[in-house]
Order: sequence, then structure tokens, then C-alpha cells
Amino acid sequence: MKHLRPINQKASRIEAYVAHEASRAKAEEMDVVGLRTPPHEEEGPHFPLGCSLAFSPGWEVDSRGGTAGLCQPVERDIFDCHISCFWPAHVPDQLNHAPDWTGKCASAQKDWRKLDLIFP
Amino acid sequence: MNPPVAIGATEGTGASQALALREFHRFDAFGARFLYMVPSAGIFRMDEAGCAVLDALSGAPKDTDALVEELAGQFDVDRILGTIQELTEIRAIGDPSAPKEEVPNDLPPADFPLNTMVLNVTNKCNLACTYCYEYGDDKIVDTQYGKQPKFMSDDTAEESVEFLLAESRGQPVAHLTFFGGETLLNFPILQKTVAYARRRAAEEGTRIEFSLTTNATLLKPDVIQWLADNDIGVTISIDGPKPVQDGLRVFHNGKGTYDVVLPKIKELIATHRSRPIGARVTLTQKNLNVLEIYRHLTQEIGFREVGLAPVTTQDHRDYAITPDAKDHMLSQFRELAQEWLACAIRDEHHGFTNVTDTIEEIHKGVSKAYGCGAGLGLMGVATDGDVSLCHRFAGSPEHTIGTVKDGVDREKQGKFLVDHHISTKTDCHTCWARPICSGGCYHEAHVQYGDSSKANLHYCTWVRSWTHTCLEIYGALAEKNPKFLERFDA
Repeated sequence: MKHLRPINQKASRIEAYVAHEASRAKAEEMDVVGLRTPPHEEEGPHFPLGCSLAFSPGWEVDSRGGTAGLCQPVERDIFDCHISCFWPAHVPDQLNHAPDWTGKCASAQKDWRKLDLIFP
Repeated sequence: MNPPVAIGATEGTGASQALALREFHRFDAFGARFLYMVPSAGIFRMDEAGCAVLDALSGAPKDTDALVEELAGQFDVDRILGTIQELTEIRAIGDPSAPKEEVPNDLPPADFPLNTMVLNVTNKCNLACTYCYEYGDDKIVDTQYGKQPKFMSDDTAEESVEFLLAESRGQPVAHLTFFGGETLLNFPILQKTVAYARRRAAEEGTRIEFSLTTNATLLKPDVIQWLADNDIGVTISIDGPKPVQDGLRVFHNGKGTYDVVLPKIKELIATHRSRPIGARVTLTQKNLNVLEIYRHLTQEIGFREVGLAPVTTQDHRDYAITPDAKDHMLSQFRELAQEWLACAIRDEHHGFTNVTDTIEEIHKGVSKAYGCGAGLGLMGVATDGDVSLCHRFAGSPEHTIGTVKDGVDREKQGKFLVDHHISTKTDCHTCWARPICSGGCYHEAHVQYGDSSKANLHYCTWVRSWTHTCLEIYGALAEKNPKFLERFDA
């Protein structure tokens, strides 16, 4: 700390904690990481958790037909999101652009292969 | 399925952030401003820019931009922004809409070691002090006709030592304090227990330190020699000069004790040199001349340390301290505290332990979840071997959490720890002194409100004033003789 001066033992510990947090944040660049554990809090390997535990096939592609330009990782960009969640994921716009996207998919577990890619 | 929070999404947008003061307590010493952070208990010294930022935010929240603009005439922008960042990091300022710092309700780990065991070796006393919490009007256990034996047996004492060794869970040092009643009425058991505990601790590869509290009436030469030879810490309950002592601390026939104890205490102090002999004073409405008491005990009798505590009682007793008298008491405490400070600046010892103890807690930055360690790191043992929260509750079935034979009833202890946690004392959640007070003494609460889990609201003003005084002393030392504070490092 350059401006404030820690006086007692606890203050020194707070100073050390703040410095430690700052160096960790600097070491790994902050990014938009969606449901992932933010990298600066991550200690072990990354396990995708959250919605991905549900059986939820299907994802959107970006304007070039790939997944690199999506704002969320594809593992997260799932079928469930367009029904039960307001998360603005890259699921087809069923109101305007692709009203029949799920038409052939009566049961996701059985018919998930019939969910086709939608191109902009 | 909650949508994720995009980390960093609001950063770098260039929007000016609103800032407001968060929770801390300000104190000053020698013109310097300090913040006592709540609830972390860290203490930070402000520089000029720090003071300016805090003053600018004292009225209402402001945007960073507005703050920088306001202070730009006095400091350069980098310094202002750096100060704002550091104040934010220590949580002195922050987002006005951010929720208040929550009181964490995490309970201590189940294997928390027992550090101090207070053994009530007898519940008999040869004195009849009117204000006594054990025998007086506020007693909670019937020691006269109750189920507890008058004296602790050899077997129970040995079981207690085993209990302490087991519950201290391999800590290098455990403490055993002998207590009563009048402790020395059961001198034989002290001798046996110390010998037994020393042997057993050596076998277990650990160490037990011993201490006791006594009214000094039974300090015979052989007892004094034994205390000195065995390195037993001794605290004497004594209230002051002859008129004071004889008014309150009397034998059952009403005769005062001063003339009996004085030569004995002097002999003890002369003989027992390995550990400082302390005096423990109970202040009541009838003895409130703190300065006179302190001077008498240190200068005329020779005590190295003196601790003073107001009597625990209900407000309507004639010895209960009235609010006006409390103010008077506090002003005298302050005067003694200033003396303590003057000594500390000169690197000299001062025996007013009320300051020493509080300064140590301030230095370490303790932030307590419980008023004290009772029922956790400290437990009392009644004469029959029942384990209670502390010595003041010894023998009270309502406050028993096990026996030395069968160990601690974890369910009862767990319930006690939940019920007495600071998170349940909602009145305390807005108080800046909560890191150090945490609601206060359970016994005091039990006597006042009939419920040990209540916060001691009747002495809030006193605690805050006293803590503030000690913070100022601490700040003054940090300015004038910071090296002195290093002795509290351990």
C-alpha cells in the first residue's frame, strides 16, 4: 500500500491479502467466462457444470459457420436455454427466424439428431 | 438455471463508480487519523489524501469523477485515484448499494482444542463477601444444600486432568486453573493434582501450566513455598485499602480480612518471584475509587499487575454501580490508561492490566464470534466432575455440557455455540465495537437477563467508550513508540 499504512497485525494481513489477490488477477487475464469458474478462482481442472448436466443437445454456430465467434463456449450453448432460461444464448430465434426448429424433435433424448444447425 | 454473471462485464466501460463510506470507527492520536475497520479489526493510518477522500464522502455518496474533481486542487489525480483504490480494498469505502458486511455464522471446527480448564476444587468459602456471584443474591447454584459435593475428590481431579489432556488435542501447552469457593480450602488436592498432571503431561509429550485464584486468607508459609516451587501463577482477589476491603470482603462473622491477608500477600510477593502476582478487584457502588485502589495495591502492597472489573449483579442491589457512578469509574479508568501510555512510551511497565489486555487484542486485530472462549477453548469443572461453560456456571445443570468422565456432549455444545454466536445477537450487528466485545460475558447476561445468550446491552456505552480509549492509546503508541507494540506480537 502506498497511501494508507497498516498499523496492527490484522491490517498487515489485509494488506498481504489484497496484494495477493491483485497479483493473481494480473497473472491470469480476466475474461468473460460464462458459467465457468473464473480463472483466478480456479485451482484444479475445469469441469463444465451447470446446465450442461441436463440432456441438452444442439447449439448455434457463428456467422462463419464455426463456433469461435460465439459469445459463450459451445458447451454452454444448449437446447435448454431457449426454453427454460432467459440467458441470451445462441439458440435459434424461434419466434421470428426459425419457428419450426424443434418441429421434428418431440423428445430431446430420442430425436436430438433432428435438431439441425441454423445459419443466419 | 441461473444465467451466469459475466465476470468483468462492467469493467472498462469508463462509467464513473459511485462511492460511499462503509463500516469503520475513526480515532485520532497525536493529530493522526486512524480507522478501526469493522468487522475485520484491521487498523490503518490515513495520510492527508485519505482523510480528504473520507471527509468528502462523509455527507453523501459521490461518483469517482466528482470526487476527483473536488480534490484535484489539493492532490494530483493519480494520488487521489490510488487512495480511492486502497480505501476500497480495505473496504472503508465502496458501492453505496452493496450489502452491509454480513456477520459470518460459521461455527468453530468440531475438533477445536481445549486450552484452559478451570477446576472448582471446592465450592466452600471461608469468606462471605456480599456481592459474590457464587454465594450472594445472584447465585445460580445452591452450593449450600445442592447436589455437588463440597470438595472435589482425588478421582474427579485425576479424571479432569485426563479430560484436559484429551481435549487439548496435542496442543503443546494446556492451562489448568484452580478455583473455588476458596481454592486453598482444598490445598491437598492442588498438590496431588499438580504432581499427577505434570507426570501425565510428560508421558503425553505436552506441558500443563498451572494457576489459581485465592482470597489470600489461607496463604501459610508452606503453601507459599509450594506455590513458588511449583511455578503456580497466583491471582489474589482483593478490593483495595483497609476500609474498602473490610467493608465488602469479610469473614462469616463479619470481621474484615485486610489485616489477615496483608502480611500473607507481602510474604507471597517476596517469596514467589517466578511469575508476576496479580490482583483482581471487584468494583461496586461502595468502592469506586479506582485510582486510590490501584495505587494502594501496586505501591503499598507491591502487586505487579492489577485488573479491575465491575461487579456482576442486577441493577437493584445496593452495591450495583449506578449509571452516574459508571461514568465516574470510566473517567478514572481513562486517567490510569493515560498513565499506562506514558509508561509505555518510555518502554516501562505499568500494571493496569485492563489496558494491557485490550491493547493486545487490538494489536492482534481479533474479531470475535463469541464474547469469550467459554464452552469452547475454556471450560469449568464442578466439584462432582460436571463440565460447564466456565467456572462461573460450575454446577449449573442448565449450563452443563458434559462430564470429565464421559467427555463433552457434542450435541449440547453445538447448540450452545449456535445460540451464542454473534450472528444471533442482532443488536450487535450495527455496533462498531463488536469485533472486540461480541456481546460480552455469558454469566453477566445470565444474571442481568436470565439468558446467557443475550447481548449485554446494559454495558454497551461503557464498552464502546473504553474500547475507544484503548484505540486512542494504541494509536498514540503507534505514533510515538511503535516498537513497544512488538511485545504483543506473539
